[in-house]
Amino acid sequence: MNDIIQDITTRFSVTDIINKRENLTFVTCRKENTISLITHLRDREKFTHLVLLTAVDWIEDNLFQLTYILNNPTKKIDIAIRTMIPRDNPVMESAHRLWEQVATYQRELKEMFGIEFPDSPRLNEPFILEGWNEIPPYRRDFDTKKYSTETYFPRIGRGTNDPEEYMKSKLYPNDPTK
Amino acid sequence: MSEDKNKNIQDINTPDDKFIHPENKPRTVISPEGEEIHIEPLRDYFLEKRPEVIQPKSDAVEKFLNWARAESIWVLGFGTGCGSIEIPPLMTPRFDAFRYGVQMRPTPRQSSAIIISGYLAIKTLKRVIRVYEQMPSPKYVLALGSCTINGGMYWDSYNTINRLDHYIPVDVYVAGCMPRPEALLAGFVQLKKKIKEGRAEGANEYAEKFDWYKGNQKKIINDWNMPDYNW
Repeated sequence: MNDIIQDITTRFSVTDIINKRENLTFVTCRKENTISLITHLRDREKFTHLVLLTAVDWIEDNLFQLTYILNNPTKKIDIAIRTMIPRDNPVMESAHRLWEQVATYQRELKEMFGIEFPDSPRLNEPFILEGWNEIPPYRRDFDTKKYSTETYFPRIGRGTNDPEEYMKSKLYPNDPTK
Repeated sequence: MSEDKNKNIQDINTPDDKFIHPENKPRTVISPEGEEIHIEPLRDYFLEKRPEVIQPKSDAVEKFLNWARAESIWVLGFGTGCGSIEIPPLMTPRFDAFRYGVQMRPTPRQSSAIIISGYLAIKTLKRVIRVYEQMPSPKYVLALGSCTINGGMYWDSYNTINRLDHYIPVDVYVAGCMPRPEALLAGFVQLKKKIKEGRAEGANEYAEKFDWYKGNQKKIINDWNMPDYNW
């Protein structure tokens, strides 16, 4: 694992190397180098299996973080590549030519975060949401509670109770000391 | 909500309709004999008439019919949420819903009851409405789980409804998260009682307040490609 990390550090100038476990390492890579780094890992280092592709919304830094987790089935090690893309213009190079199934992850990210992956197949078809007209719902500036309250007829009378206070008032209604 | 968001079947020809898959768009095909056939795939399976209120002919006949309906509830085998996992054990020897005259049917056209088992996403609600409208009247709805009552643990979700009774009429609620099959059986007993008393008039209620129900449904379903009962 360490020699792989050393190798990609010199070749692709990855930063922020974090060893989560002895078989899982997180690295951060620049946006332009990411696809070539993944291609290198798949073809040279035999990380042949893509575990997942996901995104995180760092709204304070105005960034989206994309995480690609790759797995080497023979050595049984994982490497996670993080890359930051601007939140204003979220465009990332598509990886569907490396693994076909990435296209599905990218469709999901397009729908849930609004991240564009040019040339990715069926990217603009509805994936889970049908007829969604708001901003993508996984973005943190989307207020899901407000949207739900305005749209879905909340039942009046729904409230929350502190369990301790509630049980006290039920069990000892006349004795406030308990 | 503006008119253009509620896509109906007549807007199907507009080129900018992004919601309808190409193979569902109306088009002209040429048969092997060389004959031109115009097909509209989405319209083929639609009902063409508004639902109507069916008045009982006489009290005695209605009472007998209600007894017969209550003793033979045919349930559509359609699970919408996590509660659908409670339905298979319901038919096994341990719970044996068949004792109560409850049995599963594979198609809405043969069913008299539907179990809404848990949360309903918008995508599922659309299918539920189509299924409910295809069921022959009288039809009963049994809502299973907290999610159908007030949204349950998904009450603030962007994609699941909070109250089922705003979209289709509900006869019996079974509360819980999740209710066990025994609770579901109790719900069926309650439904039978309600039918025998002549109070399970969900289908007539749907026909009476049809515009209100349609308005609520169209408020949240933006890619409306279901019948609008206006042709």
